[in-house]
Amino acid sequence: MTNEALQNLISSWIPELEFTEEGSQFLNITVQPEQLHQLMSQLKSDNETNFDYLFCLSGIDWGKELGVVYHLESTTHRHIVVIKVKTEDRENPTLDTVSNLWSTADFHEREVFDFFGIKFNNHPNLKRLFLTEDWDGFPLRKDYVDEINMVIK
Amino acid sequence: METTTINNNFKSEEYFINMGPQHPATHGVLRLLLTIDGEIIKKVEPDLGYIHRSIEKMCERDSYQQIVHLTDRMDYLSSHINNEAVCLAVENALEIEVPERVKVIRTIIGELTRIASHTLWWGVMGMDVGALTTYFLGFRDRELINDIFEETCGARLTMNYNIPGGLMYDIHPNFVKRVKDFIAHFKTKLPEYDRLLTGNVIFQKRMKGVGILTKEDAISFGASGPVGRGSGYSCDVRKHHAYSALDKVNFKEVLRTEGDSLARYEVRVQEMWESMSIIEQLIDNIPEGDYKVATNAVIKLPKGEFYQKVEAARGELGVYIVSTGTKNPYRLKFRSPGFSNLSLLNHIAVGGKIGDLVASMATLDIVVPDIDR
Repeated sequence: MTNEALQNLISSWIPELEFTEEGSQFLNITVQPEQLHQLMSQLKSDNETNFDYLFCLSGIDWGKELGVVYHLESTTHRHIVVIKVKTEDRENPTLDTVSNLWSTADFHEREVFDFFGIKFNNHPNLKRLFLTEDWDGFPLRKDYVDEINMVIK
Repeated sequence: METTTINNNFKSEEYFINMGPQHPATHGVLRLLLTIDGEIIKKVEPDLGYIHRSIEKMCERDSYQQIVHLTDRMDYLSSHINNEAVCLAVENALEIEVPERVKVIRTIIGELTRIASHTLWWGVMGMDVGALTTYFLGFRDRELINDIFEETCGARLTMNYNIPGGLMYDIHPNFVKRVKDFIAHFKTKLPEYDRLLTGNVIFQKRMKGVGILTKEDAISFGASGPVGRGSGYSCDVRKHHAYSALDKVNFKEVLRTEGDSLARYEVRVQEMWESMSIIEQLIDNIPEGDYKVATNAVIKLPKGEFYQKVEAARGELGVYIVSTGTKNPYRLKFRSPGFSNLSLLNHIAVGGKIGDLVASMATLDIVVPDIDR
């Protein structure tokens, strides 16, 4: 499907989504955290979209907000879409897991939890993946400071 | 008085054992926490982070030229392809068209890297299942490729031959001859690999029907590279999102449908033939021209997001750059093939024996720095 057709179809499911292709080679969709799981499961299960391959899941600290970017591809239709979700709660950021839809999200969400401190509801095994359990803070956040280990320029 | 019945039946009990972080079969500092019942595996939980250097955080303070050098240290067996991924991402963002000569040389060296990586894997794969000779044969042939790399760019492993805009230097005058000599040599040696290991009855019995991964699970776990293709999942980035000179060559995407350890093994061995075929199609026709285009000393990417995927030796490597228009990326994420491939280890190992775990893990071809970026 073309990006335009994808946009028409997806916006008919959930009208509040924001679409943009500016500054990116893919179609970007921003979704509210409450609607994330509904959108993701529909993107995967709908025959016309069939996004069965989650090829990248990245945490991002946008400064004011924390969020996750999902890169999805369909192995049958070969179209790609990027889903973004943001939360302004930096103290206790929480999003829904997608690990029940794509098994690869299990490890990737643990990595995001480890480095950004974003919690994922209903995740089967949410604990730190790389760092030790007693590590203080979340290193990939922009406001993280470690004067000993970080070389700051 | 309360009567007690004594149960004389021996009850099996689950217990934990550690495999690693210093274990020859984990190929690096990877610790696996195994829950076992007798010798049957109930659960495999990888414990990561022993060599995590937080390359993604380092990238946020480095310039784009510097980032290329960090990618060598992820999957050090396909360093050239990792370098290429970042360079392509930067070139696409700056809308630089590199000369044809650069594209062809990049592809040739990329495929040589793949052969070098697969020969090393083949050597240690045999060693993991108890065939020590393979180790020496694999390293013998890989050495010849490393010699070519050394003559080309001075480095054998962490090559840094790619730069944004082209290549660090032009190829050595001997390059074409040496690559052709290597191909001629390796064509006589690769059938030897099959005779020694592939057809071996003991090897076959250890591999066939072990560690089965279905196509649906392969996609769901984000498997890529030979792991995905061993399950019949067409995931070759070189086919679906061709880059550099890969759109000009004919090659077959090697697919097997069995999904077991043997299928993953055969995909890699066959891929070496395909890589040789790609090199042969290009080596006689390296276009004349510049080996790089000039870029600014300080590279600033425009504001936006850029994603580049390449087929590294272990599968799909993705580079996701978020730029705010400065000389450093705001966020840079590496989607490494080993990380996703490792996540399915538990899935294919449960219900099997510890010995099978070692064989299955060898066919996943794990390189730990690729997982602990």
